[in-house]
Amino acid sequence: MNEAYLEIMNLSKEFFSDYQEEKVVAVKDFNLQIHKGEFLTLLGPSGCGKTTTLRLIGGFENPTRGDIYLDGAKINDVPANKRDTCMVFQSYALFPHMNIYRNVAYGLEIKKLPRNEIKEKVEKILDLVGLSGLSNRPVGQLSGGQQQRVALARAIVNEPKVLLFDEPLSNLDAKLRIRMRIFIRKIQQDLNITSVYVTHDQEEAMTLSDRIVVMNQGAIEQVGTPEEIYARPKTKFVADFIGKTTNFVSGEVLEKDGTAIGVKVWDKILRFDRPNDFHKGDKVILVVRPEMIDLSAREGMFAGQVSLVTYLGSEVIYEVAANGQLFTIQISNPLRQGTFHRGDKVWMVFDVQNIFLIKE
Amino acid sequence: MIRTKRFVAALRRTPSDVKRLFQEPLLLMGIVLVNVFLFLFVVLPLFKIFQLSFEDNGRFSLQVFVDLMSKRYNVQPLIHSLTLGVAVSILGTLIGFIFAYAITRVNIPWKRFFTVTATFPIIAPPFMMSLSAILLFGKQGFVSKMILREIIQFKIYGFWGLLVVETLTYFSTAYLTLYGVLQAIDPALEDAALDLGASKGKIFRSITLPLATPGIASAILLIFSQSLADFGNPMILAGNYTILATQAYLTIVGMYNMKGGAALAILLLIPSLIAFCVQKYWVSRKSYVTVTGKPSAARIKVDRSLTKYSIFGLCLLLASVIFLFYGMILFGSVVKLWGANHSLTLANYAHVFTIGWEYIKDTLILSSIATPISGVLAMIIAFLVVRKNFPGKRLMELVSLLTFAVPGTVVGIGYILAFNQRPLLLTGTAAIIVLLFIFRDIAVGVQTGIAELQQIDPSIEEASTDLGADSSITFRRITLPLITPAFYSGLAFTFVKCMTAISAVIFVVSGKWNLITIAILGSVENSDLSQAAAFSVVIIIFILLALWLIQFLVNRLGGGRKLKFEKAESLQSI
Repeated sequence: MNEAYLEIMNLSKEFFSDYQEEKVVAVKDFNLQIHKGEFLTLLGPSGCGKTTTLRLIGGFENPTRGDIYLDGAKINDVPANKRDTCMVFQSYALFPHMNIYRNVAYGLEIKKLPRNEIKEKVEKILDLVGLSGLSNRPVGQLSGGQQQRVALARAIVNEPKVLLFDEPLSNLDAKLRIRMRIFIRKIQQDLNITSVYVTHDQEEAMTLSDRIVVMNQGAIEQVGTPEEIYARPKTKFVADFIGKTTNFVSGEVLEKDGTAIGVKVWDKILRFDRPNDFHKGDKVILVVRPEMIDLSAREGMFAGQVSLVTYLGSEVIYEVAANGQLFTIQISNPLRQGTFHRGDKVWMVFDVQNIFLIKE
Repeated sequence: MIRTKRFVAALRRTPSDVKRLFQEPLLLMGIVLVNVFLFLFVVLPLFKIFQLSFEDNGRFSLQVFVDLMSKRYNVQPLIHSLTLGVAVSILGTLIGFIFAYAITRVNIPWKRFFTVTATFPIIAPPFMMSLSAILLFGKQGFVSKMILREIIQFKIYGFWGLLVVETLTYFSTAYLTLYGVLQAIDPALEDAALDLGASKGKIFRSITLPLATPGIASAILLIFSQSLADFGNPMILAGNYTILATQAYLTIVGMYNMKGGAALAILLLIPSLIAFCVQKYWVSRKSYVTVTGKPSAARIKVDRSLTKYSIFGLCLLLASVIFLFYGMILFGSVVKLWGANHSLTLANYAHVFTIGWEYIKDTLILSSIATPISGVLAMIIAFLVVRKNFPGKRLMELVSLLTFAVPGTVVGIGYILAFNQRPLLLTGTAAIIVLLFIFRDIAVGVQTGIAELQQIDPSIEEASTDLGADSSITFRRITLPLITPAFYSGLAFTFVKCMTAISAVIFVVSGKWNLITIAILGSVENSDLSQAAAFSVVIIIFILLALWLIQFLVNRLGGGRKLKFEKAESLQSI
């Protein structure tokens, strides 16, 4: 399990744009080990190099530097059509002039498998993705979800060593997207296929992945499980990119002993049990998620004033101005707690146990 | 500085691309072969002309041009050609615009009829108009002799005659270009102007016309080059109004002056290339609209009766003139002896199918060989240019599009210069005609293929690669089926051009292999007008049959897609 199945070492990709002579660095010094059967997601804003990384793995681009190893063999010079990877494209890229069966059988036909074996495999896969009985249907007549299933079937029928997904759900409506991602995860786990998945949708990444790679400007910001990424972000970028609206509060480490540090935040000193990571005098940023603040009418930690109330039924989102900063605060179960109104004076109480610190 | 940087960038980019190529020997071979063909049959002939006219005893010299320019009868064709080109392009574009505007913007009746009328000249042999002009207004002409009883003498030989026939022949190009442009202007823009209070006239002046301006410039430049390159009409109708294309031919064939002919060809080539470059690299970049073929929202049409009926009347008038010209050919073909005995007969057709059958057979055979080869080659070039990365790609694209810019006369002269000696001794063979056919109009096929490919999501082909297919399998099983409409359009266009070709092939035909168009020219020169008319009608019938056949194939194989033949023509301008 801990042996790397797909290993990417010092991978860099630079483009020379056609008209400007500038060098564009799409991926820089990318290092990653992916285990067999793992579902790994490359997550980041558009232009962060995640799709380029995926295309490098698939063999559609040549790396400027660095190596890619698959199952112990270096595959840098193996062209895309000889590489044991299969991609599910963002646009599905179904062959419009073929029916479902012909689309799915395409890769097997190129491998020159016997006809009856192809038939057997295709039918088995179509059954798995819930499209049996439709094999003669032209792909132009399918719904978005069905096209997605054909694209998935066409890739997995080849039993690739690594399955690549390039934002495959971005063309579906919200409901279908949620259904399809459960579907993809189930099939991936049933078949135990090593998968690399590209998306800019953090919720998608969270629900699907064993591990997430957060990328920014061609480089890796952080690699970790969904929980690690959310609860213990390494950089401000990750803290900001993951989660809804995150509040950032500056502080300074004033005191330190064996078990805790004291961080000065405005006029208060908050104690965090992270003595090993920080030193006295360090400037730090508190990553305060909206659910980590409680509001109260009684005197608490920091005083503020409600400037916006958004009532969502199961929760209320407040905007509170305090110390010249706007905080987004999420209060669950408003029926029990009661609600505040615009203009109300309130007190914020930080859930110090869960607030994570990063160096400024 | 920027140049060196670009050079360095290109150097650094190349190795991995080249490495990729060596992993696919079939692709590499394809690229090499295409380059060799383009070099041999496009670049080499042109080079030979330059070599002959600029080389004097092995040294660079402009002597031949000094000689040419010092004689008035040599300078005149240049001035004549340019004058005629400018006049035809302006008049032709105006007429094309009227038709295009009427069909896209005005609520006139009989739109299909006008569309057919405006596009018909494209499939007709270009010199038919001249033949018809003689039938109508010549000494024995229907109008001049039968109706006006020789009261008025028309001066159809010379500038005015050429202006009329070339305008009627080439306005179709402007129509198709401008139809595309006017159709592509988002109706919302004109609706917005209307919404802001502009009148129909104001919208036309402030929105439609400015947006169509690049299209108009394109149309003018295209017709200008077509007029410059026109050979058939001036051969019949120029009289003493000498122009470059025919003068170059007569210098070579009549006076056996190769060097002089080549120099005239270069004088003809220069303005054509300038027009091509201006159109391709300047005007088309100014374009505001992209022709995507996407269906747009309903357009509000001009429906005020005065505007509507005056435009309708104008279209009707133009259509009648076109019908009169083509109808006269049909009539002429069934008349015993034009000007003397107007009794009806089918003897001319009997002659066409007996004595003339050799010509028809040769033309059909050679065109049928050249058309599919040209079509497939064009698609391969388009595929390579759009989807593959290799050094010299831009050059390949440029050379394949160059064929469009070079007048037929120039190509013809280049071919006899390049292929009259070993190891490339081709003169007198069928091969030289077929090769000329293949490369003469390949630009249109390439252009159509490129446009079609650019609309197809590249990930479809990547998916094929991803599933294990190499470039040749992907091309055969995915790309080609997807660009079938462009492929068939290219076939149709090439076939029509082969059947009606004259300017270039006239240099390479021989006793053994001859063509129908040359036979028509011969008949006209012998004043056998009825015979020429019958030949012309037969050509058109064969073209219509072939188009029908290709459309039939598209319906059977291409899933009922409509043949975009008109698009092929209008794409020249994009």
